[in-house]
Amino acid sequence: MLIKRAADIRSSEITAPALYADRRRFLRLAGAGAATLALGGPGQLLAAQARDLGPLAKSPFSTPEELTPLKDVTRYNNFYEFGTDKADPAQYAHRMKTEPWTVKVEGLVAKPRSFDLDQLYKIAPLEERIYRLRCVEAWSMVVPWVGFPLAALLKAVEPLGSAKYVEFVSLYDPKVMNTRPVLDWPYREGLRLDEAMHPLTLMAVGLYGEVLPNQNGAPLRLVVPWKYGFKSAKSIVTIRLTDKQPNTSWNDAGPSEYGFYSNVNPDVDHPRWSQAKERRIGEFLKRKTLPFNGYAEQVASLYAGMDLRKNF
Amino acid sequence: MTTTPSSHTASLRMLSNTQIATLKGLIFCLCLVPLALLASAFFRDALGANPIETITHATGDWTLRFLLITLAVTPLRKLTHWHWLVRLRRMLGLYAFFYGTLHLATYLVLDQFFDWNAVVLDVLKRPYITVGFSAFVLMVPLAVTSTNAMIRRLGGRRWQALHRSVYAIAILGVLHFWWLVKADVFEPLIYALILAVLLSLRAWWREQERRRQQSAPPPLATGRSRIIPILPR
Repeated sequence: MLIKRAADIRSSEITAPALYADRRRFLRLAGAGAATLALGGPGQLLAAQARDLGPLAKSPFSTPEELTPLKDVTRYNNFYEFGTDKADPAQYAHRMKTEPWTVKVEGLVAKPRSFDLDQLYKIAPLEERIYRLRCVEAWSMVVPWVGFPLAALLKAVEPLGSAKYVEFVSLYDPKVMNTRPVLDWPYREGLRLDEAMHPLTLMAVGLYGEVLPNQNGAPLRLVVPWKYGFKSAKSIVTIRLTDKQPNTSWNDAGPSEYGFYSNVNPDVDHPRWSQAKERRIGEFLKRKTLPFNGYAEQVASLYAGMDLRKNF
Repeated sequence: MTTTPSSHTASLRMLSNTQIATLKGLIFCLCLVPLALLASAFFRDALGANPIETITHATGDWTLRFLLITLAVTPLRKLTHWHWLVRLRRMLGLYAFFYGTLHLATYLVLDQFFDWNAVVLDVLKRPYITVGFSAFVLMVPLAVTSTNAMIRRLGGRRWQALHRSVYAIAILGVLHFWWLVKADVFEPLIYALILAVLLSLRAWWREQERRRQQSAPPPLATGRSRIIPILPR
C-alpha cells in the first residue's frame, strides 16, 4: 500500500485550491484592507483573516491519510442553524459575527470564567491535528484541524470532583441564522468528563492552517474524532460542567436514532441506515467503517464493560 | 368584441393533432432537461463534494415531481377542459418511471456498487428503502402496460384498475422521502401537501359523481354500460 506523506510542507503553507481560485477576490479584499488602513480606518475588514495562528506543533495523533480538499471541507457542511442543505452553511454562515466572541466556562468548576479569543488562543500551544471525520450520514473526510486539547481549557477552570459531564452550547442567533424549528435550539451537545479530558478531544480554532471558516463552526468548535460528527458542536458559547448527563439536541430529536455516546460503530446501525460502510468524500467505492472511527486503540478503554449496543 | 379571454381559453381547449404533436415533442425535450443539467454538472465537475449523493437526490426528486405532474393531468383537465392534456399523461408517467429507474440504478451501481448483500439488507431493514423500492416495483407493470397494444389487450376497465396503483406509488414515494430526512421535513411536506390536494380533488369529484348518480333517475337497463365514471367505486 502506498501511503503518501508530505513530510516537510505544512498543509497551511500550501495554497488551498479554493483560495487559489479565489485569489482575485482575496487581492481585492487585501487592497480594500490596505486602503482602509491608509485612510486611518480601524482595518476591521481583515481582522478575522489576519488572526495569525502562529507556528503549529505537529501531533502524533495525526493520520497520514490523504486530506479532503479544502473546497469540500468548507462547502459540504451540516450546520443546521444555517439551513439543512449541505451547501447552506457556506452560503449563509458569513452573516455570523465571530469577533468579539466570549466563551463562558461554568458549572461545577472552582474557577468559572469567560474567555475571549485572545485568551483562548493562549490556553495551550496550537497544534495541527489531522483527524478522520465520520458523519452519522455515512460519509467521511480527513480534516487538518488547528486547535488545542479541551483538557487544557478545562484544567484552567479546575473541575470539581462532583463534575461528571460537560455540556456544550452553540451560538443561537435568529437574526443571522435560518430559524426553522428543525431542532430544539440552541444546539446542545455533551460528553462524559473523561471523554472531554481525553487527549484526542480537541477544541478547534482553525483548519488547513487558517482560522476556521464560519461554516465549519468558527471561532471555536469541538472535535471528537471517534464519535459521529454531530457530537462535535460548532460555534460554542457556553461550556458547562455538570453532575448529570446533559440533554443533547439530536438525542432529544430522535432518542432511538442518536444516542448520547454516538461512538462510531460499524456494528450498530442507525435505525434507518447501515453504519457498516462509509463514503470518503472524493472516493467512489465505499470503505469499511472502523470501530471508534479508527481510534479504538486510544479510546476503547473509556468504554470497558459497557454494552455499546445499548449505549449507542 | 373580437377576442375575449374566454375565446382565448376556448382556443386552448381545442388543439389540432399537429399542435398536440408539436407540444408533445417540446415537452418530451423539456422533461430531459433535469438529466441534461445533471450530465452537464458532471462534466463540469460541479456536482459538489458528494456527487453520488447529488445524483441520487436529483433523480429521486424528479421521480416524485413527475409522479405529481402525472397525477395533476386529470384535475387540470377537469378544471380547464383542456382534454388534450390526457394525451401527454402517458409520456409524463413514463418519465416518472425513467427517473425512478435512474434513481434506483444510481443506488445500485454508484452508491452500493452491486453489493447485493447490503442492498437486500437495506430493502428488508430500512423502512424508507422498503417503501421506495416497493414504489419502484409497482411502477414496472404500469410502464410495461403503457402501450396502446397492452391497453387493448387488458381492456379499458382492467387497465384503469391496474393503473390506479399510481396513487399508492405516489404515497409510497412521498413516504420514502419523508422517512429518509433526518429532521427537516419541510421539503417532503410540500410534496405530501401537493399529493394530498391531487388525491382530495379526486375523492371530492368521485363523491360528487356518486351523488349525481344517486339523485338521477334510475338509468335504463341498456344505458348502464355506457356510463364509465372516471373514478368508479
